[in-house]
Amino acid sequence: MVHGFLILLVCQLLGELMVTLLEVPIPGSVVGMVLLLIGLIIRGEVPEGLRLTGEGLLKVLPLLLVPAGVGLMTHFELLSVYWGELLIALFVSTLVTMFVVALLLKLLSKEKAVSGNNSGEGDD
Amino acid sequence: MIEFWNHFQSFPVLWLVVTLVVFLCASWVNAKAGKTPFLHPVLVSLSLIIVVLKLTETDYPTYMQGGQYIHLLLGPAVVALAIPLYDNLATVKRLLLPLLVGCVVGAIVAAVSAIMIGVAFGLSDQLLLTLAPKSVTSPIAIAVAEKMGGFPSLAAGLVLITGAMGCLIAPFVYRVLGIKDESVKGFVLGVGAHAMGTAFAFEYGMVAGAFGGLAMGMTGAFTAFMLPVLVPLLGL
Repeated sequence: MVHGFLILLVCQLLGELMVTLLEVPIPGSVVGMVLLLIGLIIRGEVPEGLRLTGEGLLKVLPLLLVPAGVGLMTHFELLSVYWGELLIALFVSTLVTMFVVALLLKLLSKEKAVSGNNSGEGDD
Repeated sequence: MIEFWNHFQSFPVLWLVVTLVVFLCASWVNAKAGKTPFLHPVLVSLSLIIVVLKLTETDYPTYMQGGQYIHLLLGPAVVALAIPLYDNLATVKRLLLPLLVGCVVGAIVAAVSAIMIGVAFGLSDQLLLTLAPKSVTSPIAIAVAEKMGGFPSLAAGLVLITGAMGCLIAPFVYRVLGIKDESVKGFVLGVGAHAMGTAFAFEYGMVAGAFGGLAMGMTGAFTAFMLPVLVPLLGL
């Protein structure tokens, strides 16, 4: 557990160190994620302690987002002016993105049929 | 009474307890409501907590004296996203070209289209930088907005709204384009609607869910590296 948490923190620290030294506006944690991925590829497996801690953190990820989300309360003035524009931008942009990606993948994968793709469909 | 409250509300542990209790209630409500993305536990939790803070006249910095201990764990959680990516490495290798093209094009289209629409509406640069990471999973979007000079907490809110919209838009896109492949469905949801899309993709099946998670991780990492290059090109 402690061992796994240490690995995550050290990766993040190295990431922060790299972006600070290179003066690039990339989050240190994302660089840490890439470093960990490279480390895992070299090692060839996920150490048990790391998996325990990492998957534990990912399971509660929604909870971890709440405090930052509450910060929305400091932007109410901005939102009251621009909420319509922001909603339209989000909607159109998401629609265009999904359409383009779906079309691209359809063309690239030529709809390779996945056997038994009816699982879960039509329920709920 | 007022004096007592003024003293009491400065205990960090109070806001830790409030956050956890509200989150548990919100998760329960969401499960009861059939896991609809419009009652996402994070959306419900942050709304309820804001109401509590307003009613008790507590400001955000006071809340964050407790909230920061939860917020601190976002960093290592982002690093931990490498684990599901590593687990799906075999799939990535097998479908390297379509996945890479889908992720790169999707990330660029998402950011550029959001910024362009924002520019057309005459939004401020800081708001545009907040819009740019909207398709990326919240922990990465918050970090990106912090780094690029946007509003991190507003970015978190926009990401959640994008996620809910994406779950609504995706089935429509599949119908129009006649998409039946589970892996394509999952990947599209992961690129366009991050973790909420991924959760939604699991409703189509395990394969769709796995591809959703994969797309979310790849798009998140790529966007974080791409935006510092893209934003100056767009003249921001």
